[in-house]
Order: sequence, then structure tokens, then C-alpha cells
Amino acid sequence: MDVLWGFLNQNLSGFSGLPAWLQTAIPAAICGVLLITFMALGPILYVYVETKVAGFMQDRIGPKRVGPHGMLQTVADAVKLMFKEAIYPAGADKKLFILAPCLVVLGAFMSFVVIPFGARGVTANLNVGIFYVVAVSSLSTVGLIMAGRASNNKYALFGAMRSAAQIVSYEIPAVMTLLTIVMIVGSLSLNDIAMAQAGGLHRWFLFRYFPIMPVAFLIFFTAGLAECNRAPFDIPEAESELVAGFHTEYSGFFFSLFFLAEYTEMFVVSAVASVLFLGGYLAPHPWLQQVGPLPLGWFWLWFKAWGLVFVMMWLRWTLPRARVDQLMYIAWKVLLPIALGLVVIVGGLVLKPRTAHGFPWDRFVGWPITLLVVGFLFTAMVRALLWNRSRGRELGDSGSPSPVQVWR
Amino acid sequence: MREWLQNVWEAVYTVLVGMTITWRHLFTKSVTLQYPSEKWPLPPRTRMRLFMKYEDCIGCGQCVRACPVACISMKTEKRPADAKPIWAATGHPIKLDVTAFDIDMSLCCYCNLCTYPCPTFCIYMTPDYEFATRNLTEHLYRFAKKDAVFLTEDPKKKAGEEPKPGASPAGAAGA
Repeated sequence: MDVLWGFLNQNLSGFSGLPAWLQTAIPAAICGVLLITFMALGPILYVYVETKVAGFMQDRIGPKRVGPHGMLQTVADAVKLMFKEAIYPAGADKKLFILAPCLVVLGAFMSFVVIPFGARGVTANLNVGIFYVVAVSSLSTVGLIMAGRASNNKYALFGAMRSAAQIVSYEIPAVMTLLTIVMIVGSLSLNDIAMAQAGGLHRWFLFRYFPIMPVAFLIFFTAGLAECNRAPFDIPEAESELVAGFHTEYSGFFFSLFFLAEYTEMFVVSAVASVLFLGGYLAPHPWLQQVGPLPLGWFWLWFKAWGLVFVMMWLRWTLPRARVDQLMYIAWKVLLPIALGLVVIVGGLVLKPRTAHGFPWDRFVGWPITLLVVGFLFTAMVRALLWNRSRGRELGDSGSPSPVQVWR
Repeated sequence: MREWLQNVWEAVYTVLVGMTITWRHLFTKSVTLQYPSEKWPLPPRTRMRLFMKYEDCIGCGQCVRACPVACISMKTEKRPADAKPIWAATGHPIKLDVTAFDIDMSLCCYCNLCTYPCPTFCIYMTPDYEFATRNLTEHLYRFAKKDAVFLTEDPKKKAGEEPKPGASPAGAAGA
């Protein structure tokens, strides 16, 4: 925001003549409008990609009819949801019923304020940034419980209680892994955390202290999945057990708000994970940080967050839903002990004074791991393509008829 | 402790296995058939909607008797003696006026039994399966026509020969 302020000050004559409160309010309003547009339009894209990924993973083709390759399908869905009637169930607490989705969306949107899209591309560079994210994203839990309570529906209440239990449990391992990063950096500001990883791929926290930080990343990512109620931890809205969980009774616009919040939260968790572990807005190599005068920070953050969002979708269409007891087992008996262990180990490593002659493990371990991962993915892709080709040949030999094009 | 570690390892490992499988399917050709625009070719002799060619029906009623679900109903009247002789395409003389020939496709069980006894092959199954309607009564197909144009010449007779008026062409019936 201070960048925008400076820009306005320099380029708009008379801006400095305005009263002080307007000088703060105008850049704040511009930032807010930009962010809200970004956040509100984002889910349209996420839902489209989700349906497409789901389709491809199940050997279907996903939306195809509305717009080129079905690109306008989610737009059509959103418009449909906007114009649907909002139904208030009998016996519902109407005030809470309306307030709940707003609060959920608020919780999801407020985290965006501190996510850095560039070294100076952050709306509010809070010195307690990561703490703020943790605090604000818990706000949506309140909204979920409100929704469950206000709906006057037992399934909604079940969903809300499950969601509360889940988020409260998973917040702890997530925060423990955050703590390791905070100990290494010595700052809670997301911008400082990103800058501490400057210098290239091998400096990313994912590759530090080799076996430790990747495990921390896995824990954080798993806990993040659980916190935004994504599969395999989507028990709050388990459609085969509870009708739709906390949003059973919601329809129309308020339902779409829950949808919006879910996908925004996905993006927030991914963006925070990429800032913490994958260098945030930093490029894999400093050369790629900028193309001519154009800074690419926003692109790299967006790219990494999208990669993680894709992994979330990938997991959703891979894994079955965990049972409630399994969920609690994972949180309290697996993730939390490991995270606590990591905190102790990283604390010790940070306290240990660095000797000038020590072997630079960071530099020589991060790269091979990256190469291994990329190589694994690449070979998996090639093998998948070969497998498909051979399978196609088998299908061709069996003489199953191929579809006939009738009209387009 | 050992068991716990084993469980954790198994969880991580099996998730990776599952992810490899879905990753593979990400690049598989989809099996979706875009139905209204693409269709599977139907096998030969597909039994779908019944059709009856009214101009060829001699009103023998064998299809009505063959139908196990009684979905065909037919009314015939004796053709007046002074009426112009008409023939079916197979050469069978038409001696009965078929005043009504209704097939209720909502009753039809697609057994194809009606088409075998037909001497003139005028009733047959077509490969048309897209005849869903909003109203069940629309499945009642009426095949009798008032303005049907019949063959006034015996198609089995050689060209140039005079048709015998009023006579039953015995050769055609035997063939």
C-alpha cells in the first residue's frame, strides 16, 4: 500500500493537499477493490480447473458445452446461483443465518492482505503477518459454527461441530511447523520470510536441513488441507454421511459465498505454503526474477500457489474421505508429535552457531532432491503416456467400435 | 513405536501410489461420448422402433397374433368386389382394406416376433431409438393412411402384359 501511496503522491498533483485520512483511505480503497476483484473472480477459474481436473482424472472430459471448452460453465453456474432464491428454513435464526456465510468469506479474504505478491507488492506488510493469517483464518470456523447453529438442522450442526473439531486440531501441527520457519527467520512478517529465501532454489525452506523441512512442509500442507475442509479431510461436508454439512440449508447467493470461501481458502493456504516453503514471489533462480522492467514476483507466487492448488485437487480425486477417528488420529498422534519433534530439532540447529568451515548442506542437498522430484514426475509422465499408448493399442485390437460423428 | 512408524510410512507411500495412478489417468484419452453429437454405431439387425409400411400390408393379421404383449391392433374390412385390384410390393394381392393399424410403442417389448410371420415384410424394426415423448399417448403410432397410393399392377407380372381384372393372381400367392 505504501508503494501505491508513493506513486499517487508523485504522479497526482493535489494528492498531497488532501486531508490525511483521505490520503490513507484512497490507496486502501484501491488496494481493496483490486484484491476483492482478484479474490472474487479467482474461484470461477478454480472451479473450472477443478471440474476439468476431476474429469481428466476419471477419464471424462469435464465441462464442454458452455463457451470454448466449457470455459464459461462456472460463469453460468455463478450467475445461476446469484439469481436463485435464498431460502430460510423454518425455525432458523435468520440474523445468524445471513451473518455466517459473510463471516466465512471475511475470514478467507482477510488473509489476502498480508500475502506478498512481490518484495513491495503487499497490501499491509504486518510485522506479525503469519500470526495474523493464523488468527484470521480461524475466523471462518466461527462462521461455520454459526451456520450450523443457525440452520436449525441436525446435519448442519453435525457438520459445524466436525469442522470446529477438525480446524482446532489441525491448527496445532500447522502452527508448530510455522514455528520452525519463524525460528529460522527470526521474524513473523511474510515478507521477511520470503526474503530469507532469496538467492535461488537451494535457499528455499523446503530444502533446508534436508530431511527436516520437507517433512515440515508435508505436515503444513496436510494440516492446510484439513483447515480448508478439502478431501480427504472433507468430513464437515461429507455428502454421503451428512447431507452437505454446514451448508445443507443454504441456497442461492449465500451458498455461493461458502463456495467462494472454500476456494479462496484453498488459494490462501497454497499461497502461504509457497511463501513459507517455496520462496513465495522469488524465482527459482535470481535471473528469472525480472523480465526487463517487468517484475515477475506476482507470477512466481501465483504459479507456485497454483501448483499447490493443483496438488490439492489431485489429492481430492485420489483419496477417499477419512473417518472422523482417523482424522483425529492423524492430527494428534501423527502430525503433532512429528511437528513437536521438528520444532525441537530446528530450535537446536538454529541455536547451534554456524561455523565458517561447516559443510554447506543447504547448497548441496536441496538441488539433488529437486532434481529427483522433477525427474520422478517427468518419468511418471512419460510412463503414463507410454502406458496409455499401449492400452490404446489393446483397445484397438479388441475391435470395440469407435464413436461416429453425427453433427458438431 | 515400530508399528507406528510403519503405519506412517504406509500412509505416505500408499498416498503416493494413489497419486501416481490418478496422474496416469490425467493423460488417458477420455471415454466420454458426446451423445447428441456423437453416437455409437448400432449393430446390424438392431431392434428399435417398429415401422409398418401401410402400402404393402395385406391385412392378414399374423403380426397381431404373434405379438406377445398385444401392442398391435388392426381393423380390416373386406375390399368390395368392384374395387380396383391392388397389390403389395411383394406381389401379394391386397384383398382387405386395413382401416386401422396402430402400434403402441409404450407396450412393445421389442421381441421382433411380429416381423417374422409378415408375408410382405411390411412390418419391421428400425434402428431409430430417439423417440422419447413427454406424453405416453404419443407412443401410439397410427400407420393407417387415407391417401395411400397402392400398386395397381401386379409387380410380379412381366411388363407389357395385361392385368386380368378382378382375377386373383394365383402365381403371386404361390411365390
